[in-house]
Amino acid sequence: MTMETNFADEEIGLLLTDIVDRYGYDFTGYTMASLKRRIARFFIIKKFPSFAELRYALLNADSLFNEFVEEITVNATEMFRDPLFYKALVNEVFPVLRTKPFIRIWHAGCSTGEEVYSMAILLDEAGLLSKSLLYATDLNPGALETLQKGIYPLDHFRQYAENYSQAGGNQGFSNYYTARYGFAKFDERLQQRMVVSTHNLVSDSSFNAFQLIICRNVLIYFDKELQSRVLSLFTDSLEPLGYLALGAKESLRFSGVENSFTPLSIREKIWKKIA
Amino acid sequence: MEENRVNLLLIAGSAGALDALLKILSQLHALPAAPIVIILHRKAENQALLIDLLGARSPIPVKEADEKEIPLAGHLYVAPADYHLLFEADGSFSLDASEKVNYSRPSIDVSFSSAADVYCQGLACILLSGANNDGTEGMRRAKAKGAICIAQSPATAEVPFMPEQAIKELSLQQVYSPAQISQFINQL
Repeated sequence: MTMETNFADEEIGLLLTDIVDRYGYDFTGYTMASLKRRIARFFIIKKFPSFAELRYALLNADSLFNEFVEEITVNATEMFRDPLFYKALVNEVFPVLRTKPFIRIWHAGCSTGEEVYSMAILLDEAGLLSKSLLYATDLNPGALETLQKGIYPLDHFRQYAENYSQAGGNQGFSNYYTARYGFAKFDERLQQRMVVSTHNLVSDSSFNAFQLIICRNVLIYFDKELQSRVLSLFTDSLEPLGYLALGAKESLRFSGVENSFTPLSIREKIWKKIA
Repeated sequence: MEENRVNLLLIAGSAGALDALLKILSQLHALPAAPIVIILHRKAENQALLIDLLGARSPIPVKEADEKEIPLAGHLYVAPADYHLLFEADGSFSLDASEKVNYSRPSIDVSFSSAADVYCQGLACILLSGANNDGTEGMRRAKAKGAICIAQSPATAEVPFMPEQAIKELSLQQVYSPAQISQFINQL
């Protein structure tokens, strides 16, 4: 912590430009404070003697770059994060989804997928899972591997079970996984309804039309311009009257798409697209 | 060295800090000359209550910090529960939902360090009552950048561990009671 890791913005800027040129990943629209913190963390973990060494090493080893992407993009996620948000989805959005012959949901920037499994469980309890597909995307392939395995450490499951109840879950959370050696493996039935793919919100385009897009605690890492662009991408990827759900501290303000939506729950950050 | 103009005031703490904070706020004479940002370890469910409580006890406008918002003098901002609060180069708030630091989110170390990098000598940080050592490392960084660093006097703290750590580790000179902290803010 005490090591000097307050890199100059110019240094970080050069590194990001190198990365776009070499690997095609564009982090230049990310907020600097958080990105710097993640890069400093990577610098310390990998014990680089200087920033120049880090820059050189990153550009010359693909495997190191993969680790870099994981370190700077993986962000803590949990099951049923903000349980009342899920409760609002179940009470206010599910009744509308129920009327559709087929349900497509996009979890954009889903990281290791805890929230995707949460959604699958609630859809199952509502009797909607068999007609739903959950598209789970993230730019980090390592995170998606975890999601595809469906195996998570049991440490947090006591908290998850509490969240599950608060979210309105009523079938017994433990029915959805088998616990062994400190890990829980989710029922494959849940995973069968998931379509998992890498997708970079910065550079990739729309790939389907959805009734619900969930993107929570991703936009906080983007600058205003990138936020606007990604929100436009979501707007274009929603069916008329589709729903958009963001994280507790995210909104459509200043985005240019605000007028395309009407708030469904201001508190739980759910919007409905105007036809 | 004490002539620095304070552009941002961070007040942080954990167990027992709310009482101290309410005492401090109750003795302010006027709207503070700098934005005040509060970083408290609290349960997410109590956040709305906290904002109401602070709003009711002080004439200062209180709100939760929003990302990309630039803090204004004379306003009080509360770090949202379950996010780390950081600062961008233009002084604006930035939020980060990554893993806890010192078992805490928001972590005081994270906010102090980030604010130190941006506000440097224009920063003042105050560490109140608390039961863990979050805050000390962030204050070390703030001190190195020339920020004013103040700890609540352990004798007045409900749980003295947190300020004690910072005082001991950083040899802090400015060790104040809540009344003295109010005075400090009144003189900004």
